[in-house]
Amino acid sequence: MSLRKTHELHQRRFGRNLGVALVLAGFIALMFGLTIVKVSEGGFEPPHQGDGS
Amino acid sequence: MSDASINASTIREDEASFGDYFALLKPRVMSLVVFTALVGLLAAPVGVHPLIGFAAILFIAIGGGASGALNMWYDADIDRVMKRTKSRPVPAGKVQAGEALALGLALSGFSVVMLALATNIAAGAMLAFTIFFYVVIYTMWLKRSTPQNIVIGGAAGAFPPVIGWIAATGTMSVEPWLMFALTFMWTPPHFWALALFMRSDYDDAGVPMLTVTHGRRATRIHILVYTVLLAVLALGTAFSGIGGPVYLSVSLVLNALFLHGAWKISWRDEADSESDNFQVERAFFKLSLLYLFLHFGAILAEAVLKVYGLGGWA
Repeated sequence: MSLRKTHELHQRRFGRNLGVALVLAGFIALMFGLTIVKVSEGGFEPPHQGDGS
Repeated sequence: MSDASINASTIREDEASFGDYFALLKPRVMSLVVFTALVGLLAAPVGVHPLIGFAAILFIAIGGGASGALNMWYDADIDRVMKRTKSRPVPAGKVQAGEALALGLALSGFSVVMLALATNIAAGAMLAFTIFFYVVIYTMWLKRSTPQNIVIGGAAGAFPPVIGWIAATGTMSVEPWLMFALTFMWTPPHFWALALFMRSDYDDAGVPMLTVTHGRRATRIHILVYTVLLAVLALGTAFSGIGGPVYLSVSLVLNALFLHGAWKISWRDEADSESDNFQVERAFFKLSLLYLFLHFGAILAEAVLKVYGLGGWA
């Protein structure tokens, strides 16, 4: 059985892969942005010594 | 065999597309979750960085979507019978029930951990509880065992503004619980109106809806009682920290219309309803969508006005 590369099933699978790729790329961008915000707002600063905690 | 070939025995013509997996997350329910959580986040008296706010809403939405996928996994047998739900990906055969379970579990864990990291642990814990409540308490336990299923299920849909508020503040206060109560009290009349005109659906699926267990007359009375209680709550909220003149004006109009609709529903008999194909019940259902949207919109408007020194009663 021969199938042309543009079989509808290939297109659907490509769409699925593209969707996952875009979701992952978006997630990476969001993580990068969140890191920048957290670092610049001091969210990752270690607690100062002698704070009593 | 080259990588471009397809083994004929493994071809599934109805193989799922990306959209089918997305449909597992119940995008329409998700839109309500996004909107109410956003209002909860913005109505909070603490400023949040826009990106952190965006991330919080996204992870709350993903958590809501995950519970939708778990609901579709567990309820596939009911969904197959009901006209309204039989085209969902699992009953339609596009996605296997096990895939819905895997996606739901993975996204639940992911959304809870990410929300806790992006905002605070209390918000993550609240999201985890919401997913547990919707999937275990509502879907697995109460939906099939009590006619009050909608009342209790409504609680799960009412949590997002509370999560949004906690994500912003890290603490709890009375205002987010007023938003919770608003959605909680709104859900029963909204769904019972739907059950009145989608009559055969719930009967066929054997879901103990109030219309099936206590009859349609009792359901009409229940709608009126809940609408009266809802009106008291909605108008009372106008005088809390999230209310104000804008909210009060919107709420007065909406509650007058909603009470009028509930009153008409309670006095109709089945012959009247069938003769006009449930026109009053359908109109009430449509109004209920607008009712919740505009109440939360008004809370949002008050929060935005406060930025400019307006809004609220002060």
